[in-house]
Amino acid sequence: MSRARFIPLIVFALIVVAVAWRLAVPRDDRVASRLEGQQLPSFALPPALLGKSGLRSGDLAQGTPRLLNIFASWCVPCAAEAPALMELMRRGVAIDAIAIRDRPEDVAVFLAQHGDPFTRIGSDAGSRVQIALGSSGVPETFVIDGRGVIRAQHIGPIMPQDVAGILMALEDAK
Amino acid sequence: MKRALFALLLIAAPLHADSDLPPSRWANEQLPNARQEAAATVLMQEIRCLVCQGQSIADSDAELAGDMRALVRERIARGERPEAVRAWLIERYGAWVSYRPPLEPLSWPLWVAPVGLLALGGWLLRGRFRKRA
Repeated sequence: MSRARFIPLIVFALIVVAVAWRLAVPRDDRVASRLEGQQLPSFALPPALLGKSGLRSGDLAQGTPRLLNIFASWCVPCAAEAPALMELMRRGVAIDAIAIRDRPEDVAVFLAQHGDPFTRIGSDAGSRVQIALGSSGVPETFVIDGRGVIRAQHIGPIMPQDVAGILMALEDAK
Repeated sequence: MKRALFALLLIAAPLHADSDLPPSRWANEQLPNARQEAAATVLMQEIRCLVCQGQSIADSDAELAGDMRALVRERIARGERPEAVRAWLIERYGAWVSYRPPLEPLSWPLWVAPVGLLALGGWLLRGRFRKRA
């Protein structure tokens, strides 16, 4: 009897520990794509703005690694990562993009304001290609190797401190 | 400039970032074929929204959830079986995206827990029964 008396107290203490642990170490609610290591799903997107070509999955399998950036003009963190993408472009990284639920005029304004590091931009008005890629938000960036295989995924904005890691992932994809 | 952008990011985070485009055609419109719509509804209630992660895509107002509903309806209208659509989504987002957990070693505790808790309750009450007798 005497020992059993402490069981509720122990259970309570365990609950306190569990709650305290989750408060100290918040859950990571990012959803990673399961397609890492697999071939890109095939797609063909129309241009997201005049004077720039659209994007097909075949464009991403041309022998050298490329970045595939998922962005939108209405997405604030996408504006925050723009300087890092420009820096990557300056270092010779080829970047293609998919604009999610966007209009050509809005994309044009966004690129005029934040710089345009993209070779091609496909327009994904219904998020279909985004879902096919296993992407769950904007911005996200995929590292694609020369054969069109997804080698890495960066979820959220690329900040200046992430540039080195992205360059390393591109190097690994060679 | 960078600091200003970051400050902007802090203010913007709690807002629901939405595009200016209208919802996809089949996001909020039922399929004309009632049997297909019923099958789509059952599936949509069992697929997790990637934005509001506690809700199903049937319940969520997020734009991505709307686009996922449109995707589910279009595929079912094309004659795909609901389980094939679910499998297609699981291939991309993991079993997490489905509200029907598969029976696999990782989910065993989930299935065993109710029985385990009942047994624990019985064991805790064991002393009381004995004292009365």
